[in-house]
Amino acid sequence: MNQPKKQEFKTPKHIDDYPTGPQYTAGFLPETNAGWRTVRPLVDHEACVFCLRCYMLCPDGTIFKDNGKINIDMDYCKGCGVCAFECPKDAITMIKEEL
Amino acid sequence: MNNMLAIPKVNVKNMTDKEFFYGHKACAGCGGSIAVRLALKVLGERTFAALPAGCMSAVGFIYPQMAFNINALITTFPGAASMGSGIAVGAKAIGLKDFKTVVIAGDGGTADIGFQALSGMIDRNDDVLYICYDNEAYMNTGIQKSGLTPYGTKTTTTPTGKNLPGSVTHKKNLFEIIAAHDIAYAATASIGYPQDFINKVNKAKHTKGTSFIHVYASCPTGWGTPTETSVDIAKEAVDCGLIFLAEYENGEYKLNRNPKNFKSVNDYLAKQGRFKHMSDRDIEIVSSNRDKKWERMRKHWLQK
Ligand SMILES: Cc1ncc(C[n+]2csc(CCOP(=O)(O)OP(=O)(O)O)c2C)c(N)n1
Ligand code: SF4
Ligand SMILES: [Mg+2]
Repeated sequence: MNQPKKQEFKTPKHIDDYPTGPQYTAGFLPETNAGWRTVRPLVDHEACVFCLRCYMLCPDGTIFKDNGKINIDMDYCKGCGVCAFECPKDAITMIKEEL
Repeated sequence: MNNMLAIPKVNVKNMTDKEFFYGHKACAGCGGSIAVRLALKVLGERTFAALPAGCMSAVGFIYPQMAFNINALITTFPGAASMGSGIAVGAKAIGLKDFKTVVIAGDGGTADIGFQALSGMIDRNDDVLYICYDNEAYMNTGIQKSGLTPYGTKTTTTPTGKNLPGSVTHKKNLFEIIAAHDIAYAATASIGYPQDFINKVNKAKHTKGTSFIHVYASCPTGWGTPTETSVDIAKEAVDCGLIFLAEYENGEYKLNRNPKNFKSVNDYLAKQGRFKHMSDRDIEIVSSNRDKKWERMRKHWLQK
């Protein structure tokens, strides 16, 4: 997986520890987006032909190539359903997220 | 001018696996974030990005979150292009090589408030790619009309009712206004035609001097469309002729797609909450405006 991962944020102790602008270390993610989902993508790897259209169009970049198969970073998938809608082989279905 | 044929093609098989816009807080299905993510994957790691106020900066920089995995910063709303110019010449002055500077701004930030800085940047021919992701309103502040909001759109500043059809103005001819500067390279694109968009970003990446890409990018929240149809609706906008795909280089316009028949404007509009109220008369106004525009484009932009 090539995507950035969630990291621990250490609350600044002193005024000098705060940055002088809204910027911070590139790629720093203090939390995940998984809690946004009401539905999640389920991939049928038999039907998938690895055309990578879902990978190209995921607004969140959560789909990645994993040894010739697609895989999804569920920490950052928001469940928008673009992958399932755009898949030419209907290899992805959106299923209800269970609590 | 570059020899464009010599530029290595970028596609989904060979593009970098790295993600440079990741973990952002854009709404699920946001079309703008598809445009930003793909553009940065084409431009690569050695890219400086400047983004004015707008959704893509608002969802990318929420301290201490930093969804841009490259050097990126937020600019003042009207000054994005100036900031891009400054970065480009500054980086050159300190001897950096092999880098690209990109400005990524919304339709409001481009066609209205940031326009003066953009015009100056093109005039100086600074080595910057300016990408305008067009979701046809000021979305980040809750859907207000911009200069690129089309006729009949319901926004919070163009309400609908007995007296008003929503927005009473048509979209500004942004692409032609930019081309009129005699810019090095300009193009229109849509996230509904992603490979075309990737090719245009790649071309701009290898263009010296200012380049500009106007990319149509859906907004499920502001448009009232299902999140999963974001790419499809942006494709349909092109297929029904309301959005066109074109390029401008070496002083010439080129129409990339010239369909014999358009898909139904009516169907395209009916799928979106922002157009649901439109009367037959208003839809006719939209269609005839489209036809006039295509007549002009076909007359002047087709290679003879
Ligand atoms: C000088 C100034 N005026 C107004 C604002 C408020 N503001 C922030 S984002 C925004 C909307 C931007 O719209 P657009 O450029 O189309 O980008 P979008 O949010 O649609 O992605 C506005 C009006 C501001 N930040 N600065
Ligand atoms: S309001 Fe629209 S443009 Fe802004 S993040 Fe949401 S979907 Fe994207
Ligand atoms: Mg906008």
